[in-house]
Amino acid sequence: MNIAVCLKQVPHPDYLSKIIYDPTTNRLQRAGVPLIINPVDKNAIETGIQLKEKYSGKIIVITMGPPQAKESLEEALAMGADEAILLCDPAFAGSDTYATAFTLASALKKIGLCDLILCGNETLDSGTSQVGPQIAAFLDIPHVTNVKAINYPEDGLLLVERSLENGYMRIKVRLPALLTVTKEINKPRIPSAIGIMQVAGKPFNTWRLAELNLSPLEVGLAGSPTQTVQIPETEQRHAGDILQGDVTKVVKTAVAKLHELKMI
Amino acid sequence: MTETNEIWVLAEQKNRHIARVTLELLGKAVEFGTVLDVKVASVLIGSNVNELTGELAAYGSEKIYAIDDPKLNYYQGEAYAANVTDLVRQYKPVIFLIGSTDTGRDLAPRVAAEAGTGLTAHCIGLEIEYHDGIPLLSQIVPGWGVTKRMKILCPQKRPQMVTVKPGVFDVPKRKAPGNCEIVQVMPKINDRYFRSETIEVKAEEVTSRPIEEADVVIAVGWGVYSMDNLELIKELAEILGAVIGGTRPMVDKGWIAEKNMIGQSGKVVSPKLFISLGASGAMHFTTGFEKAKFIIAVDENPEAPIFKIADIGIVGDLREVVPCLIDELKKRGKGNGK
Repeated sequence: MNIAVCLKQVPHPDYLSKIIYDPTTNRLQRAGVPLIINPVDKNAIETGIQLKEKYSGKIIVITMGPPQAKESLEEALAMGADEAILLCDPAFAGSDTYATAFTLASALKKIGLCDLILCGNETLDSGTSQVGPQIAAFLDIPHVTNVKAINYPEDGLLLVERSLENGYMRIKVRLPALLTVTKEINKPRIPSAIGIMQVAGKPFNTWRLAELNLSPLEVGLAGSPTQTVQIPETEQRHAGDILQGDVTKVVKTAVAKLHELKMI
Repeated sequence: MTETNEIWVLAEQKNRHIARVTLELLGKAVEFGTVLDVKVASVLIGSNVNELTGELAAYGSEKIYAIDDPKLNYYQGEAYAANVTDLVRQYKPVIFLIGSTDTGRDLAPRVAAEAGTGLTAHCIGLEIEYHDGIPLLSQIVPGWGVTKRMKILCPQKRPQMVTVKPGVFDVPKRKAPGNCEIVQVMPKINDRYFRSETIEVKAEEVTSRPIEEADVVIAVGWGVYSMDNLELIKELAEILGAVIGGTRPMVDKGWIAEKNMIGQSGKVVSPKLFISLGASGAMHFTTGFEKAKFIIAVDENPEAPIFKIADIGIVGDLREVVPCLIDELKKRGKGNGK
């Protein structure tokens, strides 16, 4: 089974509240923010590795991002992926989910469509859950989101469980297909020392716009139907009392206030 | 192809009732329909759904596209998307509002991509605004950093599509149904649309109280990670009769169940009392509880943005504050005879 895993490099959660926007471009300024593989994307990598271990095949990891996204791909290679592709071109900047999915789908077509494409079900930063299904739409293959279990009963067919808020669905899906997985599906492995040593010997390609044969109008900001136009300052709730100092006293004051307001 | 300029709402049903989020979205659609002087239509898809048209009309639907077939009984990702996309292409609505639910989050991105338009996830506000005389749907989402919100527009492509979490808008008043045109749409159900096929839906017994129904919600953020476990928080929750939720990083850590995640991509709650513990207050989190009547926040950083929206802020180490809170509440007779 040939598997592609799409991943995204995101800011470390400790830094999420410290991120700032470039006021002229409305884009995130990521300088100085430590970056990690989006947590549930590691579950997608692990899913791929486990399927490969059972049924053999090859795993290609792919991401679109700035040059430093290479580190995330190398971590995926150290976990056990076989090849990595970084889609990196200034023209890709400012992509919304549509343009992101379009660019990733174009790369997947260039690779030669895999049997299975895996993504995490949601990112830590923007959290739209949109790119997976949009890639599937561009490739005209079926997709299933929020997959928490996978069975492979026969060639060309998967039986998966799709997690719902209160329950789950059992879904039959023909390959090739795209699945987005939840973090319940497995526990991602930590790269072994040998895995880390093998990274340097594995194929790593960087594809720019030209390699994908796309027009600059189809990607990045130009290829994005949605646009972030401004960042309005908005009214906040009125800030209340901020209590500092001796914890016992402060808590006593707070609880007294709650009692007075009949909150407790 | 007819350009209808209609405003559409995807009608979702739960146990033969229209889902609450659909009613919330219809309320917004009716508001926009009046401003733009266009029709509000619902897209109703499933099996035996025609019995639900009356309820949609009572909440402001002037037109209903009904796609009804036994094969569409369960949510069928690919077939639903193909049917809805076809409808979008045929009637060209100007706006399409979809609930950010299990179904909506799976369906909307596929439909948007196939229809060649944009999609904004988990909007926390929607407005009509005019750009060079052209009305556009202004789609508000949280930004990162301190108190930022971002505005997203889809200037060229149609429909302007968004998903919205349940609880963001209020359910409008039910009215006597007005004139409502029902358009029976021929379903597309051949095998080509069933490369993925739902064969069974298993409902889990709901053992815990849904967080959106709790009067008191305690939300834990990254700072609680320093407490090694949730035992003290659970004790506090028991005393207050609270349901515990948390931020995305805490869900990622496995400390909080996904369905109790609070924030833009999680739950939007409006309890009487909301207690935030160890969360700095990123907008993606705070949009999930802005409608709470009273907010208490505890964090050790006095500069944390959470304090800008809290009614009472307590600056301190959670490992000291939480036991103190428990003691103080117990002194007031809480948690004894529960």
